[in-house]
Amino acid sequence: MTTQPKCTDPVILNLWHPLAAVSETSVGTVMDTVLLEERVSYAVGSDGTVAAWRSRADLPAGSRVDAGSIAEQLPSKSAYGYVWTTLGDAPAELFPIPEFEEPDRRRLNAATMGVNVSAPRAIENFLDMGHFPYVHTDILGAEPHTEVKEYDVEISAERDEILATRCRFYQPMASTASTEGADVDYIYRVPHPYCSVLYKSSPVDDKRLDVIAIFLQPMDQEHVRAHMMLCVLDEDNEDKIIKRFQQTIFGQDKPILENQFPKRLPLDPRAETPIRADKSAIAYRRWLSQKGVTYGVIPAAA
Amino acid sequence: MLDTAKTRWHPIAASHDLPFRHVFHAQLLGREFAVWRADDGYVNVWENRCLHRGVRLSIGINDGRELKCQYHGWRYANRTAGCTYIPAHPADAPARTITNRTFPAIERYGLVWAAEEPLGGVPEVEGLAEGSLLALRGIPVNAPADLAVERLRGYRFQPSDALDGNAAEISIEAASAFSLALHARSGGAETLAVFFVQPVDSGRAVIRGVLDTAEDHPARLAILRRHNEALSKLREAIEREAAAMPAPTPLTPEFQRVSPELAEMPALSADARKAPLRVQAARKWQAAEGIAGFELRPISGLLPTFQPGAHIDVHMPNGLIRQYSIVNGPGETDSYSIGVKFEPDSRGGSAAMHESVREGDVLAISEPRNNFPLRRDAVKTLFIAGGIGITPLIAMAQALQNQALAFELHYFAQSQAQLAFPDRLETLGPALVPHRGLSPAETAAKLRELLAGYRNAMHVYLCGPGPMLEAARAIAAEAGWPEGAVHFEYFKNTNEIDDSTSFEVALARSCLTLQVPAGRTILEVVREAGVEMPSSCEQGACGTCMATVIEGEPDHQDVYLNDAEKRAGTKIMTCVSRSKSPRLVLDI
Repeated sequence: MTTQPKCTDPVILNLWHPLAAVSETSVGTVMDTVLLEERVSYAVGSDGTVAAWRSRADLPAGSRVDAGSIAEQLPSKSAYGYVWTTLGDAPAELFPIPEFEEPDRRRLNAATMGVNVSAPRAIENFLDMGHFPYVHTDILGAEPHTEVKEYDVEISAERDEILATRCRFYQPMASTASTEGADVDYIYRVPHPYCSVLYKSSPVDDKRLDVIAIFLQPMDQEHVRAHMMLCVLDEDNEDKIIKRFQQTIFGQDKPILENQFPKRLPLDPRAETPIRADKSAIAYRRWLSQKGVTYGVIPAAA
Repeated sequence: MLDTAKTRWHPIAASHDLPFRHVFHAQLLGREFAVWRADDGYVNVWENRCLHRGVRLSIGINDGRELKCQYHGWRYANRTAGCTYIPAHPADAPARTITNRTFPAIERYGLVWAAEEPLGGVPEVEGLAEGSLLALRGIPVNAPADLAVERLRGYRFQPSDALDGNAAEISIEAASAFSLALHARSGGAETLAVFFVQPVDSGRAVIRGVLDTAEDHPARLAILRRHNEALSKLREAIEREAAAMPAPTPLTPEFQRVSPELAEMPALSADARKAPLRVQAARKWQAAEGIAGFELRPISGLLPTFQPGAHIDVHMPNGLIRQYSIVNGPGETDSYSIGVKFEPDSRGGSAAMHESVREGDVLAISEPRNNFPLRRDAVKTLFIAGGIGITPLIAMAQALQNQALAFELHYFAQSQAQLAFPDRLETLGPALVPHRGLSPAETAAKLRELLAGYRNAMHVYLCGPGPMLEAARAIAAEAGWPEGAVHFEYFKNTNEIDDSTSFEVALARSCLTLQVPAGRTILEVVREAGVEMPSSCEQGACGTCMATVIEGEPDHQDVYLNDAEKRAGTKIMTCVSRSKSPRLVLDI
């Protein structure tokens, strides 16, 4: 059974998209989810093999299955702790996160949360520092430390990703391992239209950076599942403490994101009013326009 | 077919939906509004989107005067919906007017009415006297408005004074596309109920009933409850009917595009005046009639040392830069206090400080500069202040007071209420001499009296309005004060600046020769060549951009230098002054 995909944007169609955290998938069991308005099933084998396919009646959710033996599979891969698939022609490689391989890091899925917003709006929120004192009050920011200092943004042609560097923001409690306020350094990468990777000062090792990534699974143009990947230097806190911290942060963003209007990201430069703090968001909108992305956005009139 | 004309007024809320400091989420013909009442009673009906990132303003915070967006703390003013504060950029906030879209609003019949592009007025309803009405709870209905109006024709209710019957006679008094007036009679009791149906969207409506019954009717609750029950039943019937019909396509509101200049990311502030310090307006108070006091505390670390007479540049949320003297006494180093006089005719600097800046706001300021230094070797010091000119002098007077040096502070003001910083003045004891409500002639006579009796090693410090300073300087000269003993600071340079000349300026230390064309200043040209120059007021009043002249004849246009200094020709204010000779060599 072949069907016309509901998403006709070739850029988005031909990307790897995350479906679920491997660690939260019971081995050898069919799981269902939605990707780009299509029902998709996936499974993880005991050896770590992953499989994904368009959902079908003979493999209902919950049934036992051998991930390796499923017919008519979609391309799939296991990366950064998640199951990834595509409904189009997958690119050969997923973007690199070299720090993920460092042996002394804690790697975990902090949360998978549904949000009623387009993926690009969620990416912009992830890139934004100006909201810290207002949305993440007393955690990632606090009045009167509201200033977003000048930072640098480039679109790397070679790696086809956005890079924001020299970002700094005062944080009263930057992570579970911090005890007092400090200016925290950030680097943001947007290596995928719906994924972003953030590097921030590690409170335990001033030479290294914690890595926090957001991988958005577009269920449709205005609904995502947000997967939050952590790859941090923290030997003291329990998983649940680290997760709770990120879940608190994300829980604060969710109601704001769900009250953004329109839900799809407008690419017309005259739709909204940028300030200098929004440099990375402006670069992101331009990058999406240049790529010709139409899914999850309101394209600028030609 | 639903009439979607944007010219028609519709109710969008009941007045009782706008309690103290609430923001109400309303919708009309598919368009959402944030509706809020300011403390002054004004009802604001705004597009329900922050212009920055589209977040609904109905989840914002109404502080009584402004609406604050939850996402980035942007504040929008009551009435105008102009953005007054962007916390992410306390220093280089762009001087541009970001204004949210507003819609006209009228309160009538206990309801708030709005329209996109209204023609004419709110519908007149006979028999509904303003002020003694009872607005029912708005009943939302998932059905097109025209269906709701049609079905309201069958609504049955009892007059407010005969609630306990069930045989009231109902007649339709008036009907229109979006309203229906029903009259109920039972015995001697009668009630007029007018139902306005608000088209929320193509398939959604709100029934807003208004009774000609007084708001404080003793049976108010019982009346409301009866109607609520009956209307809820009607709602269910209408919704059942609507559910069986094809759902109409939702209306999609068009959002106005922002202007091209607002769409551009603002460039980094081109102003070379630096504002490295971040302070918080920890306290704002009325320091006198028309004068706001601000206590500015550092966000982190310590504030730099200031001297009496020093001023700071304050970079305002609207992009303007203004100078204010620090009024602190010696040892008060945990904050800077300034006084800002409200000048209705100014270009908006004082208005921004008075109206926009609030306690808690972050401001960018320069380091303090002292171009009005105080000598402490005088046998006696006279301070003569006019109006807001008190600010540098009060700092100086407190310094001398602390050292038990002889001084008098003569403070000319219109009235007692206009004497600023009374708590500080009080500490000066009898050294403070207020002169209230004097005419210009009386002021001149008083100045003559004060400036008589010059003795060697006396010094006078003047600060106040231009005409008063001119008079005081002339009187001092007549009374035998040498120029070096008369110190003054103007608020502003009211001279008309002639910038029509062009000349060459050579920078001796930088080994640069530059051309200053008509219309540009020495300061601008020097900076453009990459040479750093401090500046503050940039109008020839404060003295920050002063340079030493090695060769050439300056064309002085400032009010900072005194006449002897101007004649000597060895100093120049590079922000306004020019050259009479074709070439000027400066020690820069």
